Amino acid sequence: MNPRRKKRLTIVLSVLTGLGVVSGLVLYALSQNIDLFYKPSEVHYGKEDTGLKAQIGQRLRVGGLVVPESIVRDQDSLKVSFRLADMKMPISFSEDDPMITIKYDGILPDLFREGQGIVANGTLMDGFIINASEVLAKHDENYMPKELADGAGEKHSKPSYSKEQLEGSY
Amino acid sequence: MWKWLHPYANPEVSYHFAGKLKPWLGLSSALLLTVGLIWALLFAPADYQQGESFRIFYIHVPSAILSMSIYLAMAIAALSSLVWQVRLADASAAALAPIGAVFTAIALLTGAAWGKPMWGTWWVWDARLTSELILLFLYLGVIALHNAFDDKQMAGKAAGILALVGVINLPIIKYSVEWWNTLHQGPTVSKLGAPAMASEMYWPFVLCFFGFALLVGAVACVRFQTEIITRNKMRPWVRNLVTSEVN
Repeated sequence: MNPRRKKRLTIVLSVLTGLGVVSGLVLYALSQNIDLFYKPSEVHYGKEDTGLKAQIGQRLRVGGLVVPESIVRDQDSLKVSFRLADMKMPISFSEDDPMITIKYDGILPDLFREGQGIVANGTLMDGFIINASEVLAKHDENYMPKELADGAGEKHSKPSYSKEQLEGSY
Repeated sequence: MWKWLHPYANPEVSYHFAGKLKPWLGLSSALLLTVGLIWALLFAPADYQQGESFRIFYIHVPSAILSMSIYLAMAIAALSSLVWQVRLADASAAALAPIGAVFTAIALLTGAAWGKPMWGTWWVWDARLTSELILLFLYLGVIALHNAFDDKQMAGKAAGILALVGVINLPIIKYSVEWWNTLHQGPTVSKLGAPAMASEMYWPFVLCFFGFALLVGAVACVRFQTEIITRNKMRPWVRNLVTSEVN
């Protein structure tokens, strides 16, 4: 390589390395803001890496799995409450896990079901309760046809609403 | 080592090479996309949780992967133009930018259309979605810079620097779902080991992906030829070409 090209290549590469290091540091410094949500255990004990705890009355997002058989529906409206727990691999739930209760009034996304990953956006109340204004379903990266899932014994029913529930919300 | 590449530094040789490549890329892309999309949209089984809406995957994922690969190709072209001053590299970078921008936009729009029924929202400011939006802005910036100067060489330099700086965004997009908590799910098809997808759903994806990739190749050839011709319009060989095609 002739010296001029070598010089240009060195300049380009060093500028790129510099920028890479800078953006790496910026992202590292911002990492707690880039995280979309708190896990239920992090609401209890503070963020894993920084120990930052959420204050009561703070708006936050919480992400976790819907605890099976914790969903309580109001018969006449769309009000619903359920509990969230951390995701563990393999997926399991126990009563001792740190959990939080989500209260929500609105239509749940199609993917909402027991054991599903959920991100809820709302205000933290006393007693690890969240008054959610938005409930989003987080999908995992696995795709399979229905027959296969039936064989594996997976739960896969959409949330369904009675007529009274839908009308009660207006 | 680079001897076999040297003839292609000549615009005329490259123009005819791209012209020869074009029909093959176009035909194979049309074939793969016809088979792949019919298979994917009509015959592949529906997903156990998402039902039929998951079929948007077959357009969303290839365009998202390609939006990043095209950017990488464009950045490599920009690098060889800045360091080795290959004139044609500028032309190919200028040819690639709008194609990449279109695929980024397709990935963002199909993602939003899928997100509404599945997640319950069109858009969320998580790391994956935000970094892909930044990729779109980078493309738009590169396109704007290519058109901002009357002097094409100057334009190529400015756009090339932006394209190179933007490369930092690529690993951020790719690993955003692993480094941070995001609403967007982790990788399905590029997962190490077996893809997290049943094989009767995976094969139509492979066809669609290569179909779209070849389509990018074909469109890139057309745009590359146009770029060469506009940049060399005063050269005798271009004049001969145009007059012979008119007669």
